[in-house]
Amino acid sequence: MFYALLCYHREDVVCGWTKEEDDAVMTRLGVVHERLAAAGKLGPAARLLPTTAATTLRKDQDPPLILDGPFAETKEQLLGFYVLDCENLEEALDIARQLGVANPGGCYEVRPVGLFLDGGARA
Amino acid sequence: MDAARRIGAVLAAARPQALAALLRYFRDLDLAEEAFQEACLRALKSWPQNGPPRDPAAWLIFVGRNVALDGVRRQAKQTALPPEDVLSDTGDAEAEAAARLDGAHYRDDVLRLLFICCHPELPATQQVALALRIVSGLSVGQIARAFVVSEAAMEQRLTRAKARIARAQAGEGGVPFEPPGPVERAERLGAVAAMLYLVFNEGYSAAGDATAARDPLCEEAIRLARLLLRLFPSEPEIMGLTALMLLQHARAPARFTADGTVILLENQNRALWNRAMIGEGLALLDKAMRHRRPGAYQVQAAIAALHARAATAEDTDWAQIDLLYGTLEIMTPSPVVTLNRAVAISKLRGPEAALAMVEPLGERLSDYFHYHGLRGALLMQLGRKAEARAGFMAAISLATTPAEAAHIRSHLDALA
Repeated sequence: MFYALLCYHREDVVCGWTKEEDDAVMTRLGVVHERLAAAGKLGPAARLLPTTAATTLRKDQDPPLILDGPFAETKEQLLGFYVLDCENLEEALDIARQLGVANPGGCYEVRPVGLFLDGGARA
Repeated sequence: MDAARRIGAVLAAARPQALAALLRYFRDLDLAEEAFQEACLRALKSWPQNGPPRDPAAWLIFVGRNVALDGVRRQAKQTALPPEDVLSDTGDAEAEAAARLDGAHYRDDVLRLLFICCHPELPATQQVALALRIVSGLSVGQIARAFVVSEAAMEQRLTRAKARIARAQAGEGGVPFEPPGPVERAERLGAVAAMLYLVFNEGYSAAGDATAARDPLCEEAIRLARLLLRLFPSEPEIMGLTALMLLQHARAPARFTADGTVILLENQNRALWNRAMIGEGLALLDKAMRHRRPGAYQVQAAIAALHARAATAEDTDWAQIDLLYGTLEIMTPSPVVTLNRAVAISKLRGPEAALAMVEPLGERLSDYFHYHGLRGALLMQLGRKAEARAGFMAAISLATTPAEAAHIRSHLDALA
């Protein structure tokens, strides 16, 4: 069984860290990542770029509505996530559209990944 | 991170919102800053025990306002202070204050604060200094170091800037404290964007020894641009500006040798470029282009993106860069843009064609370091040594940093 661990924090605080503070956090996390990887427990992991880089595709209408900014509708809950290898935002939105046809309603937030760890664990 | 540093980060993040709201209440920069400082002191006392509040900005605004009002009353009436616990007991009131402060309020407040620093009566350097002091909360010492002036001189400059704003407010053409309307907001956004780019360039144009001192200016400009983008998430030019700064700053680790000599773009070790910053810059530019509302920042970011995307200097898409500079010449005509375009032309069609483009700019750019530098380099490529030397001599006399001068000197050595 894979468990997804979803990271939440106040973005204004995290983006307000100096480079030294950010590096220190990443170094400390790196120690935990290595420990988890050695134990074969680390699956894919990613750090997302800031929400200012996010685009949201609302699929509860046809054609879907594309909005700047992150998902921000608290009635809807995060139910899963994909990691996709795309050339650019256009391709990512196109895939989101295809997925949205198969699974209408709700929305997909498309957010560029800043750091990606493949991990190596297998289900 | 220990508790004090964590609180420090929360305070720094809440600063623009809190200070902007306090300024709205008091309409006095000094009073608002004092109130914010006092609220921060109380936060450092109270938060380690009770933990930071749910909405730190609202807490700081509420406490800061009470403390400052109290100070004003005390001065006016010489009445006794209320007991400390009345001021500290902000539990319920904090939630109430948070409810009153919706996002739109924050947005107009922060914009107003940024806009006050962009007061048209202030020279650009004072706008930048004031923005760093008021919005970013850098100390006078830090700003003085960034501008390479004494702390006393910077203190005086800031005092003059604040006094001029106070005078302008009292008289005609003062900084309006009313929330801006849509048209005015769009106009102000342009001024604020220009101010942020000034802050960035103040850091970016530094070189050698000053690099370490000025790097934080670039980072601060990027932080504020991200904040502005969060307030206006659908403005393609703000996306473009943020992308431009990220793409340029990504090269910072490769721009100078250890002894502070300039390394030209084509000679930089691209492995040193910051990939995360480039990734964010490219993502933002992608988003901006989708709006089909091109602007000067987006075009400049697109040029920076072409450099960032080239694996080696030889892979650079100069034809595309030439086209983009052509677009920029139409949007914001300036001899400097044409000069930059000439670099692309020299790569595409050789030094002779580029020189023909550069020569007519001489009249308007005779005081511009890069004009003489580029002209000298083109003449050198054409083997016109004596003219090249004269060009480099003119450049060296206009160099503003030791690194610029050293770079030209290396060309002169090559000619000898």
